Amino acid sequence: MSRHDAGKPEQPAREAWLGEQGSRPRRRRVVLADSTKKSGKALRTIIELEEQTSVGEKLVRDLIRQQLKSAFGLAFAVLIGMCLLPITFYLVPSIGDLEILGIPVPWLVLGLAPFPILYGVGWVFRRQAERHERDFVNMVDR
Amino acid sequence: MNADIWSLSAIAVVAAVTFLLGYVGSRKANTTPDFLVARRAIPATRNAAAISGEYLSAASFLGVAGLVLKDGVDALWYPIGFTAGYLALLLFVAAPLRRSGAYTLPDFAEARLGSANVRHFSTFFVVCIGVLYLVPQLQSAGLTLTTITGLPAWFGGLVVTVIVVVNVLGGGMRAITLVQAFQYWGKLFAIAAPTFVLFVVFLASPDRGTQPISDDGVVKFPKAETVTIAEQVVKVRVDEPLTLKVRGQIDGRDANGAVFWGRGLYELSPGTTLEFTAGSPVPVIEGSPTSNFDWTRPQTGGISELIRTYSLIFATFLGTMGLPHVLVRFYTNPDGKAARRTALHVLYLLGLFYIFPTVLGVLSRLFLPQLLVNGKTDAAVLMLPETMLPNLGGQIVGAIVAAGAFAAFLSTSSGLVVSVAGVVSTDILPGKVRDFRWATVFTGAVAIGLALLLPRSDASLTVAMSFALAASTFCPLLVLGIWWRGLTWVGAVCGLVVGGGMVIAAQVVSVVSSYTGRWAPAFITQPALITVPVAFIVMIVVSKATRRRVPADVSQILLRLHAPDPLGFIQDRSIARFGTAEEKARLAEEKRRGAGRTR
Repeated sequence: MSRHDAGKPEQPAREAWLGEQGSRPRRRRVVLADSTKKSGKALRTIIELEEQTSVGEKLVRDLIRQQLKSAFGLAFAVLIGMCLLPITFYLVPSIGDLEILGIPVPWLVLGLAPFPILYGVGWVFRRQAERHERDFVNMVDR
Repeated sequence: MNADIWSLSAIAVVAAVTFLLGYVGSRKANTTPDFLVARRAIPATRNAAAISGEYLSAASFLGVAGLVLKDGVDALWYPIGFTAGYLALLLFVAAPLRRSGAYTLPDFAEARLGSANVRHFSTFFVVCIGVLYLVPQLQSAGLTLTTITGLPAWFGGLVVTVIVVVNVLGGGMRAITLVQAFQYWGKLFAIAAPTFVLFVVFLASPDRGTQPISDDGVVKFPKAETVTIAEQVVKVRVDEPLTLKVRGQIDGRDANGAVFWGRGLYELSPGTTLEFTAGSPVPVIEGSPTSNFDWTRPQTGGISELIRTYSLIFATFLGTMGLPHVLVRFYTNPDGKAARRTALHVLYLLGLFYIFPTVLGVLSRLFLPQLLVNGKTDAAVLMLPETMLPNLGGQIVGAIVAAGAFAAFLSTSSGLVVSVAGVVSTDILPGKVRDFRWATVFTGAVAIGLALLLPRSDASLTVAMSFALAASTFCPLLVLGIWWRGLTWVGAVCGLVVGGGMVIAAQVVSVVSSYTGRWAPAFITQPALITVPVAFIVMIVVSKATRRRVPADVSQILLRLHAPDPLGFIQDRSIARFGTAEEKARLAEEKRRGAGRTR
């Protein structure tokens, strides 16, 4: 089988995945996955989302911006926190002489402290992200 | 000999349980989705255990303790980075990637950018990263078996390869999920229990294992010790003069008998045997601190050490999200929310684990100074139990550690083989189950071949290189692809080629330098600090220049990636190619109805 043959069948697969909206927009009934909820007006909003009307587009852009803001804010906080440590140790070598319970402070700061902090940041992000999504669903579902 | 039997039986038990769980898991595996993504039905907690089990490789189980032994407090950046990488993954990638419904990383790249070219380049780098990661696993497996039983090094790698390939052949992703989840808890036990036992032994020992050190803090041998230099040339630094007996070659000249070493660097050829008397100062492999004073204090290596630390933080923080074998596990979650929760679970599972290798590394500084001479610090965790407890107890603890190490090779190698074989079978072969099996055998054969050919270096360092490669290729592709509408396939391909090419070039240069005297500066041995920003910039600039090629359906795709799960936009890729009969029927039905309505 040549590479050309392998490449060709890709296109229909991609269109199928995009729900045929990729090339030309067309009206399409969309069913909520969560069928237990009543969804009268919601359906229209979802169709707007799918068909990328100006309203739908704005909604999605806002959601993405919100999520990105949380993610970037937390990532920068963590990265800056991590990056400050080596330079501090480098500029203030006397930190290496401090001890708590006989263990040098740098060993505690690098060996124990980061793990609960990383988990905590992850937990905060999960809460924020899920709240943004809940708000979005509520707005669509109203 | 008794120790061998204990360790070998522990390893046999791990292998047997692996087979058994693999068999149980693969009884119902028969479709491509089973093999590639375990039918996307793995709950968050189990998937998190499986991810951690897969991620805690030889580099974590053996390598971290070895680096702590050698480099001290600065080595702690490895576990921090390995864990923080999951935070970055959680923040930027986990949920949207799962919602993309792709099967593999190249599949995602193609779906997002609508070009088969970007898919081919992604495939190439997935295979690169997978193999670069797989080789040290197999080499460490050889080291482990050699350390505890004296069997030849190629044997261990071969055993691991065979077990992994057979297991993956049986059930693909479905088989290894259960295996990996079990192996996380196995490994946690295998490192936690020995750490507790050995720490108690340390506290109870009469002199608290206080080490004889010189006034300058140079470590001394507590008892007479004989060290043999293995396969590679080793350079050691001597900070305090000593006399020792040598048989072999020093600095290329034959030596036999008593030798006096003043301060300076000495090059030792393979096969050289050194006999140290009790109380003589320990020569330390070049590049690591010679005195305990520098070892306990952070950042004593000057500017180049600082750059290396930053580069390492960059590579591990951003590289984890580009590791194909980690990402493919997130595809097995049912939805985006579960993927996010999985990543969060992983954060605490890893944090729990990484406390223990640090303690073992510190203990081995006290009891195993001879490893500082020949640089085989990866063996520290394996040798520590019997050195500290030269009795039956030590043998049993040693067997537990050996079994854990073996589990580490098995689970990581399984994950790597599945992800590489998944990509090879869907992108190079037609993507049927039979192709997946052929790809598995092929991947295993290539990996073991390279493991036997290439020189061994510290597992953590080689692994750090594959992190750098992942951080400079897939990290920008994923982050920009998920969050930025402007990415084009031309930009993505340019970024992949420039970022990946630079890391591969740096890798080649640093291998050459390691043979010819370690002259490569820090930004070449740890290139991520430069290559990651360059890859990002190239992708952004080229995408802006080729703005016309932004896919027309980009809003559609971003909606799919970010819309909350209950809205039901999530849809698997490639049902037409891989789906079950009923899925295909449903797809055809939808298509028909959709067409009917527009008419």
